[in-house]
Amino acid sequence: MDYLAQQLINGLTLGSIYGLIAIGYTMVYGIIGMINFAHGDVFMVGSFVSLICILLFGITGSTDIMIGIGILMIVAVIAMAISGVYGWTIERLAYRPLRGSFRLAPLITAIGVSIFLQNFVQETQGARVKPLQALFAGGFTLHEGTEFTVRITYMQILIVVLTIVLMTGFSLLISKTSLGRAQRACEQDLKMTQLLGIDVDRTISMTFVIGAMLAAVAGLMYLLYYGVIDFFIGFSAGVKAFTAAVLGGIGSLPGAMIGGVLIGLIEVLFAAYFSSEYKDVAAFSMLIIVLIFLPQGLLGRPEIEKV
Amino acid sequence: MTQSHNDRSQDFGQALPGIIKRSLFTVAIAAIIFVPTLLLRTQASQATNTLFILYRWEFFAIGCAFILLWRVIYEIRAWQNAHGPRKVSARPQAQENRFAPYVGPVLLIAAILMPFMPFTDRYILDIGILIITYVMLGWGLQIVVGLAGLLDLGYVAFYAVGAYSYALLAEHFGFGFWICLPLAGVFAATWGVILGFPVLRLRGDYLAIVTLAFGEIIRVVLLNWRDFTGGSNGLSNIPRPSFFGIPFSQGPDGFAATFGLEFSSLQRMGFLYFLILALALLTFYISSRLRKLPMGRAWEALREDEIACRSLGLNTINTKLSAFAIGAMFGGFAGSFFAAKQAFISPESFNFMESATILAIVVLGGMSSQLGVVFSSIAMVGGIEALRQLQFLKAIFGNDFDPSSLRLLFFGLAMVIVMLWRPRGFVSSRVPTVFFREKKSVGSSMISQGRG
Repeated sequence: MDYLAQQLINGLTLGSIYGLIAIGYTMVYGIIGMINFAHGDVFMVGSFVSLICILLFGITGSTDIMIGIGILMIVAVIAMAISGVYGWTIERLAYRPLRGSFRLAPLITAIGVSIFLQNFVQETQGARVKPLQALFAGGFTLHEGTEFTVRITYMQILIVVLTIVLMTGFSLLISKTSLGRAQRACEQDLKMTQLLGIDVDRTISMTFVIGAMLAAVAGLMYLLYYGVIDFFIGFSAGVKAFTAAVLGGIGSLPGAMIGGVLIGLIEVLFAAYFSSEYKDVAAFSMLIIVLIFLPQGLLGRPEIEKV
Repeated sequence: MTQSHNDRSQDFGQALPGIIKRSLFTVAIAAIIFVPTLLLRTQASQATNTLFILYRWEFFAIGCAFILLWRVIYEIRAWQNAHGPRKVSARPQAQENRFAPYVGPVLLIAAILMPFMPFTDRYILDIGILIITYVMLGWGLQIVVGLAGLLDLGYVAFYAVGAYSYALLAEHFGFGFWICLPLAGVFAATWGVILGFPVLRLRGDYLAIVTLAFGEIIRVVLLNWRDFTGGSNGLSNIPRPSFFGIPFSQGPDGFAATFGLEFSSLQRMGFLYFLILALALLTFYISSRLRKLPMGRAWEALREDEIACRSLGLNTINTKLSAFAIGAMFGGFAGSFFAAKQAFISPESFNFMESATILAIVVLGGMSSQLGVVFSSIAMVGGIEALRQLQFLKAIFGNDFDPSSLRLLFFGLAMVIVMLWRPRGFVSSRVPTVFFREKKSVGSSMISQGRG
């Protein structure tokens, strides 16, 4: 029982990270109906920017926790800004010129961008894994069991709280601001929105920027949680986050978050009870199973094919 | 004359602030992108294995200068196009090239004669085999992506199934290459059906992700099922193919002794070369015949408009499944050849990048052009070899710089640029396989807007 509780805590933390990445997939898919294959690599870039900032600011395990968290917030803002520029540039160069082209064209450029980004980072940052010593190693002991002690680390609390804050802010952005209104309109009908005088190009660009920003925060969290990153993390995290978006119902924002948490839980529980070597197989099989049996996801609308 | 010249320079003067503004904006964006990549490098120190930051202002400056140069040239070209004489860009009819019908046969004759040339050595034969393997894989994937319009990102899984089925059948049952080759094709096609049957109802981009996930599942299983597949150590000592029962050995029963030739290890290489050439030609023959069958026509129709196909009573699932299975079968053939040639296989050879490489060959070659696949395979393998020759770059970037590691970087870039510049690939004019009265080839400018 204690072991299960511990795994649930771990799964929730991991799921928060996947959920934040999944938002980027689901928003882009909702508006222009394409899978942004390079999104996982934007997450990876965000992770590297965070690593560089942490090294530049010189936070170590011995930094006072309050100051440390303050600096981490600054790191998050910088990572969001730079990743946002990446997201904007990718959309501008690789996707926008192909809007209205045949359907697979933007998907192929997206794969191209993904391969390019991975190898660009590999060339410039080196192929070796980048270890970072643990920051704020402490935690609370929740339950002292006979065989197993349930612990929640400060880092896990930070990740979950930060995710909740970002999700709240993001939901407000979508429901209250004019940008959010424009995004929802674009999601319903792109052409009609354009006729009503909304700058559709700008709205789509902003969607990519916001998605990239959330992915950057997820990158920071991934770095803090695992303490080691390399140029290839975007691939499997990207596929899992996409699975989360599909599971929650693609196009649905709360769905992405729920899907993220579910995928995180499935991965952690599978690793804990069956085999940690096959945990990726579990997550990827989940994608196939969901698409076969529940193609519209948990909260999504069934897709109507239009001629 | 002077009047108009003055007008032009005046126009340019008016356009200049805009050009400068846009160029500076581009450089600013590029600088932000280059800060965490070119400028700041995280480096592990030798002694303590902690990370520190390395500043590389020279790379950063070169990168930004390069982007600035590109943008200024782009702006000037754009300005010239706007003010120069108008060009007629619409090209409804593709230019018929007089030499086009001869390119294929000439390439084939060159490929057959190549091993007998005096300059041919082991290295050239090796590259030849590599190129033809990619051509074969490209033609196999082309059936799925180019003809049926199903984006398959896990094609390498079928290649792996073919390779492992040969290796395992030979190890456990002592089967020879010629028995295993058709079996490998059957296994790969079966896997194609197993995967395809449930997922082919999905839309194109979902299908892409599912095939990607499937490719990864196969790789992870191969990596972790150690008793069966040898895990990351792979399988070694895979028997090499024989010349229809006669081994390429030095003894009295060997190939050289039987045919009264002098023994040379090149004979086996030559045989492998012709083997893969024959397999590739088989792929070519079958796929170009299939295009003319009702099944092939259904594939092409499906690519163009799925809803129309369904309303005309076509069984879309079966049509897709047949394309998927046949494509997988050729992947399986190529895989078992790969295992026989290498005599060693491991999961590392079957990662996502390999799938992406094959896909890039098909896409860059122009989706449905068989000749395009040949050109892009030659360009790609040749490009990698050329990068390997660029040893002088080591002098600039330091000794641990390996130019051939840049190949995937250029690949990604090439995929994006070719898609933007010619969305239908290098050989982009699409000649219909079946036509009414006269053959009308359609220029890429007309079909680039199609919803393929």
